Parts: sequence; C-alpha cells; structure tokens
Amino acid sequence: MTLLELDDLSVTYRIAAGEVPAVRGVSLTLDSGAALGVAGESGSGKSTLAMALLRLLPRDARVGGRILLGGEDVLTMKWGRMRAVRWAEASIVFQGAQHGLNPVRRVGDQIAEPLLVHGQARPEAARKRVSELLEQVGLPTWRARSYPHELSGGQRQRVMIAMALACSPRLIIADEPTTALDVMVQAQVLTLIKELVAEHDISLLMISHDLSVLADVCDQLAVMYAGRVVEHGPSGEVFHDARHPYSRALAAAFPTVGDPASRMAPKGLGGDPPDPMRLPGGCAFHPRCPVALEECASLDVALWLAGPGRTAACVHVREKEGAS
Amino acid sequence: MTAPLEAAEPAVQAAGPGDERPVRRGTLQYALSKVGGALFSIAMVIVATFFVFRLLPGDPVRNLAQGRNMTPAQLDLERHRLGLDKPLINQFFDFVGNTLRLDLGTSYEYKRPVLDLIGERIGPTLLLAGTGLVIAVSLGVWQGTRAGWRHGGRFDRFSTGTSLVLWSVPTFWLGLLLMMVFGVGIGPIPGVLPFRGIESVDAPDGFAYLLDVASHMVLPCLTMVAVIYAQYLLVMRSSLLEEVSQDYVTVARAKGLRDDEVRRRHAVPNALLPTVTLVFMRIGFVVGGAVTVETIYTWPGLGQLFYEAIVVPDFTLMQGTFMLITVAVIIMNTLADVVYHLLDPRVRSA
Amino acid sequence: MTSVAAARRRQALSRFWADFRRHRAGLAGLVVLVAAVLLAVFAPLFIDDSVTSVVDAPGEEWSGPSLAFPFGTDESGRSILLMVWWGSRTSLLIGFLAALVSIVIGMVVGIAAGHFRGWLSAVLMRVTDWFLVLPSMVTALVLAAILGGSTFTIIMAIGITTWPSTARLLRAQTLAVEARPYIERSKALGGGHWHITTRHVLPNVAPLLLASTTLEVASAIVTESTLAFLGVSSNKTSWGTMLRGSYDYGAATQGAWWYILIPGLAILVVVMAFTLVGRALEAVLNPRLRKAT
Repeated sequence: MTLLELDDLSVTYRIAAGEVPAVRGVSLTLDSGAALGVAGESGSGKSTLAMALLRLLPRDARVGGRILLGGEDVLTMKWGRMRAVRWAEASIVFQGAQHGLNPVRRVGDQIAEPLLVHGQARPEAARKRVSELLEQVGLPTWRARSYPHELSGGQRQRVMIAMALACSPRLIIADEPTTALDVMVQAQVLTLIKELVAEHDISLLMISHDLSVLADVCDQLAVMYAGRVVEHGPSGEVFHDARHPYSRALAAAFPTVGDPASRMAPKGLGGDPPDPMRLPGGCAFHPRCPVALEECASLDVALWLAGPGRTAACVHVREKEGAS
Repeated sequence: MTAPLEAAEPAVQAAGPGDERPVRRGTLQYALSKVGGALFSIAMVIVATFFVFRLLPGDPVRNLAQGRNMTPAQLDLERHRLGLDKPLINQFFDFVGNTLRLDLGTSYEYKRPVLDLIGERIGPTLLLAGTGLVIAVSLGVWQGTRAGWRHGGRFDRFSTGTSLVLWSVPTFWLGLLLMMVFGVGIGPIPGVLPFRGIESVDAPDGFAYLLDVASHMVLPCLTMVAVIYAQYLLVMRSSLLEEVSQDYVTVARAKGLRDDEVRRRHAVPNALLPTVTLVFMRIGFVVGGAVTVETIYTWPGLGQLFYEAIVVPDFTLMQGTFMLITVAVIIMNTLADVVYHLLDPRVRSA
Repeated sequence: MTSVAAARRRQALSRFWADFRRHRAGLAGLVVLVAAVLLAVFAPLFIDDSVTSVVDAPGEEWSGPSLAFPFGTDESGRSILLMVWWGSRTSLLIGFLAALVSIVIGMVVGIAAGHFRGWLSAVLMRVTDWFLVLPSMVTALVLAAILGGSTFTIIMAIGITTWPSTARLLRAQTLAVEARPYIERSKALGGGHWHITTRHVLPNVAPLLLASTTLEVASAIVTESTLAFLGVSSNKTSWGTMLRGSYDYGAATQGAWWYILIPGLAILVVVMAFTLVGRALEAVLNPRLRKAT
C-alpha cells in the first residue's frame, strides 16, 4: 500500500534577486513499511524536499505539485489538520548532533512535548512513555533529566530518534541522521534506525549525501541533482551499478569498507553544483559530466527505463536500453 | 554556540546504558571566581581613583579654594587638614583605609560627609532608574520579539528605524525637547507635566503625595526609556533571529506546535537569556543616562549630585560618587554573570 | 609580486564598493556625511569665529526664524544657523579625533592580546575587561573635569573610555586570522611578530576597523555633546555647548524652540549618517550580519 506519494513536486524560493528553483518536478512513491533513500550533494534540493513534506519551508518558498500522505494532500490541508498530521503521522529526525535539540530544555521534556501537544498523554503518562522510548533507543532513563550539551553526539541522535518515535508515526523522515558523527557511532545509530523501523513497521524516508549509508538502510534509492531525480531504483543496484554518471561519482566518493577496488579509485567529482538560478541548458549535469556528449547541452533529459524497476536520466541509458 | 563542546566526541560515552551519572559541580566555583574578579576590579577602581584624582593639574588646595583669597598660612593649614603634606604613599594608605571604612571624606560644597549626601540621594535614583529600566526592558524585549519574529516585515522595519533614530539622539536633547513640549508647552498649548524636582513645593500628604511624585516622574522616566530601550530592542531582535534560524525551532514546528507556542516556549526563552544578561552587562549605560536625565529635570538623585560635583567642582564629592557608581556597576555585572550561569545550562557545565 | 597583490586589492575594493552601493541607507548616510565634512572644512572661506561673538551679535535676542536668520537667534542675538555651521567644526573634529584615539588604543591592545600568548595576553584582557565595566560616560566626565576642559582633554577622555569594545572585537578577529594556515607558513618562513601582525593580521582586519571607526565617530559626537551639556567643554562653540546655552538661558521657557531643535537636529542627522554608513559597512563585510539587519 502506498503511504507517501510525491507527484511532480516543485519548490521555488522567491528572493530579492529572483526565483530560485530548488526542487523541479520530483515524483516518488514510498510504500508502507518500506525505506526510501534520497541522495545528493548539498544544494541538490534533497533537504528542501524533506522539509516540504510537512510544509516546514520558509514563507518565501512556493510549492507546486502534490504530496499525498496516506491519500491526503498535504499541500491543501487546513492549518489545524496540518498541525495534527505533523509528528503524529510523520515525524522528522534532524541532525540532532548539531542544533536539532533545544539547548536549554531537558531532553525528557522535549521528547514528551509532542505527546502533550497532540493530547496523546497526560504529563504522568508522558513521563512513563519517555522512559520507555529512551530504553528503546538504548539510553538510561535518568537521561530524561539531562540537557542536550551533557550528551555526546551519538546520544543526542538517539534522543532525536526517541522523539521521532514518540507519537508512533507511520512515517519517519530522517534528514542526514548520521552526519557529523564518528564512524563507529554512525554505525550504531544506523543499526538502531533499521531495527526500530522494522520493529514498528514504520516507513522511512532517509536523506543523505552518503550513498553507502543509504544503500545500507534503504530498499530503494533516488539520486537527486539540481532539483531533479536523476536515477531511481533498488538500492543495491543503484549503489553498485549506477547508470547515471553522477550516481557513479557519488557512489565512488565514499569508499566501500573492505573493497580494495574502491580504494584504488576514490574519484571525486570536479566542479561545483550548479547555481540554481543559472542552470545549464539540456542536462543540468553536462558541464561536470565525464562522459557528456555534444547533444547533452541541448537535449531535454527525462527518467528513462534503465532495467527492471530502474530509471535514469542519462542519454547513454536511453541509447543502451533503446537498442536492446 | 555549542560547537566548542562538540570538539571531541567521547566514544566511550556513546556506549549508552552503562555510563555513569555525572556529578554537577562548578556553579559555586564559578561564582567564587567571578566574585574574586569583581573584588579585584573594585580594588583597581579605588587605586585608580586615588591616582587619577592626584593627577589634578595644579594644587588641589587651590583648586578647592576656587580663587578665594587665602593666605599662605591658611593654605598650609588646609593642606595639613586634608593630609596633603604627608608623603604620597602615606596618603595612599590613608585613602584606602578611609574608603574601606566607607569614609569618603567631606564635601567641600556641602560641608557634610559625602556618604551622608549619597545616602540621601540614592533613593530617588533607584526609583527613577529602576522604573525606567523595568519599562525599557519590557518594552524593548516585547518589541524586539515582535520585530524579530516577523523579520523584514513592516513592524520590523518601523522598529529598527525608530531605534536607530533613538540610538543617534543624545539623551539630554530628547529630554530638553520633552521638557519643552510637555513641561513648558509651546506657544498657546500649555505644558501639562511638572519638570522640576521630585515633588511639588506644596506637596500634599498620603496617597496624593504618591501621585505627585509619579507625575514628576513621567518626563524623566520617558526620556530615559526612550534612549535606553532602543538597544534592548535591537539586542532582543538579533538574539531572536539567531534562535529562529536554529534547527530546534523547525523541530518544534514539525512537532505540531502552533506558531505562537513555538515562539513562547522555545524561541523567546532562549533569546531572552543572552538579552537580559547583556542588559545588565551594559548597566553603565543606564547610569550615564541617569546622570543626564537627573540633571535636566533637577531630580534630586545621585546623578544630579555627581553633576553638581563636576560643575562646582567639588573633587571629594566627585571622587566619592564616582567610586560608588563604578562599584555598583561592577557588582551588577558580576551578579548578571552569575545569574546567567545559573539559568543557562549550556554555560553551567562548560 | 606586489603588483599582483595591489591588483588583487584594487579588485577587492571595487567589489566592496559595488556591494556597498546596494545598501541605499548606507549610501544616503555617506552622502550626508561627506556633505557635512565638506561644509565644516570649508566653513572658514565663508564665516569665521566672529559668528560666535556676543559683542557684535547681528540680530535681536530670541528672535524666531526669519529671512535674515533662517533658524532664529539665541539669547544674545547670534545666528543659530551660522553657529551650528561653525560649531560643526569642533563637534566633528572632536568626534573624529576621539574615535581615532579610541580605535588606535583598541587596535594595539586587541591585536597584541590576540597575537601574543601567555601572561601578556591575560593581563591585556584583564585590563580591557576592567575598562569595559566602567560606566564610560561617568568616567569620561571625571577625566575631563579633572584634566580641565580643552579640546585635547575631551578627545582623550572620550578615547580612553571607549576603546575596550574595539579591543575585544580585534582580539577575536586576530585569533581567527592567525588560525589560518598561511600564518603558520609565514611563521615557518621566519616571519616575526611585527611582520605577522602588520602584514597579515592588519590588512585582514582593516575593513572591519573602518566600520567600527565610523560607528565610533557617531558615538563620540554624542558623547562630546553630552559632556558639553554636563558642563565639561572646550570653551569653543560646538553643538553640545549650544544646547548647554539653550538650557542655561532657559530657551524652553522663552519659547525659543529653534534654539533647542536645530543644534540637536544637526547632531541627529550627522550621527545617523555615521551610524548608517557603519552599519552598511558591517553588513557588506559580514554576510552573517547581513541577514540579521
């Protein structure tokens, strides 16, 4: 059953200098209990996409298309309904290691806050639930009385996860949940997320710049570049056998542990992501593309079939698949 | 803000359930070190005051005599009475000893102990400056919050513009204008508010007396608030902007809190901490304002006493009031430091 | 090598100007500021000290605005307009020089406290913090009263009481600049303290210094006028002494609103101009602030 469906979603920021297209026509679906990863560099629009799901974008953002959450269009909801949906239906795990937690309030109060806001528990029951949640994420219950700065980055991330689970949502959006953490801690947190999602049958939409992290947790992967999905498919295939040159570069940017081949070719990508106000014509990736053809500068690329259950927006894919 | 704490991630701590509960300490230690620093600063003030006031160009006795005719014998007598014939080092220890015993000398102008004069004048100053400060902080914080929350909006532009103007206005000029418009009146429009002193000559008793004083307070208070509240507004506004851009505010919205709940429960309390601290750190600014305002409206407070000492000039009185004002400011600063430390869990364990 | 550096600086300067021009308020402030300075500098070509003379005052006492005296006259019949013009020289001079004193002290102390380690830095910061706590207006009043009123003592009194904020700012900047890798390289190549501070730190903090100087001039002009109002002045006509006169001679009770209004407006306009320019400079130099202002 489809839980989340993005239909031609677009987000444009209107600033003094003009319009900045951040997300340009993204269509994705996420089934109940499934995990979808969205990868891309900073500026690819992946975080804007995540924020758009609960209408958390700043006022200067214009959102187009449809976001169907359990069949309901988020974009046309009334404010009251929107607030009710927030956290109860879908919650977010931010980069807790940075500033996702209020620095001057005890973490227990912050975990309990959504329970109280949504009227799911009275203060006494909420306290019990907080202890329960802390145990689930592997923290001692007395930690409820700690302040965020008294916790390590990994512990804070666990608190963020406990908070996200508080109202038993059907969907968790994880925005860079392991960035800025040690590799060891990162692995622990990822395992925790995987376990909890499976245990509670929650759908997961995970955003990261790290393709290997996403491939580890998610069933499906979507790679974004300049506001568009450029490749989509089962995560193992996308990670190990990317069809789009950008996905290949992204996969190669993070060496696979224990794979000598990836150490031999740690090739990054030259150049910077394009300025969204001055996107290159044709395929937005062509100025940085190692295998660009002449026609890439003018040809309108779209997601073409790239194998069973896979699509990629690259002219090479169209030629190959078209021939076969 | 929390970045420095993040420098080293203790991998052991991340293990979870096994870790030990930390023991909270340091607040007392912090307070003691701050008090120590304050005592040192106060000592420096006393030392500096001694030397600065002996820098007086010319003979202090002659300065005191103010051109009055005095025979050399009278001058010597006066010099002896003030202890100015002793070596500088003895003078210094006398001065420090007297100051510590709160003997601030005798005013040349009033022929009375400086401490007594200060005692008489401190009440009106606390009344005026305290009232002004409370109003200015409340108004500044309220308006700064509104401006920062809808930043870039019309209210914000209006507030920022107003505070820039008020910031550029000299306190005394604003006082003069208010006095002219509301005190004296312009042309046919009569003034409605008293603008001299703290009470009327024929002040009534009881409750009516309070009203009388209150009416005398309106203009001085207004002047003071107008000048000092602008900075509170700007500080609150920028602290709030700082907080609003933080992720935890987005988290609060994502949790389903209403806009005003996000503001009231998360953004404002966090922005308030640095703001209020800064307010008390800059209490010296309020003191400067009080001197000016009390001078304009002849408010019988410390500021006016200080002003009198300057124009006479009455150096003993100037010295005493200066030390008192400075020490009070240092104490307020230290208090703000320690209270901030108690209230903000971030610095508490840092 | 130097020509490359010079070309790069020129380029940076023109980019800076392009950024600054986008701040309309700052640009307006700059125009007012330049106009005020030009008027003050070239005043002696048109008028002289005689406009402040009580003896041969040209007009009636306390006469309101008229064609001959657009801003009226004072208690002795002197023209407010001409006095404000002539007084701008003292006000601006004290404002600029006091700001200069303040900035130079703050710069030396700040860079030294940031550059050196150990006890020197600790002592300098301790002294800075001590000065920062002192109520600056009250301290300046005491200093000026003790040293006697003259242009020089007033400049020093203001300068000595206002430098600590600059010192703190510069210390932080120096620490930030010296944390950059090329300073390490310069040290490895044998660059001494003088070389590093004057060749690397100073050029990097110079723009910020310009911004704080501008703001400092604004507050020095206000401080000067307040000192004059509270009876400590250089005995030369300035905007502050004029307002003092208006208070002493009871301009408010005489209904001579122009006597109070005009010198104060002069202060307000000039100080606003400096403040707007300073804020625009800060905004251009510090993109993080740009968002907040």
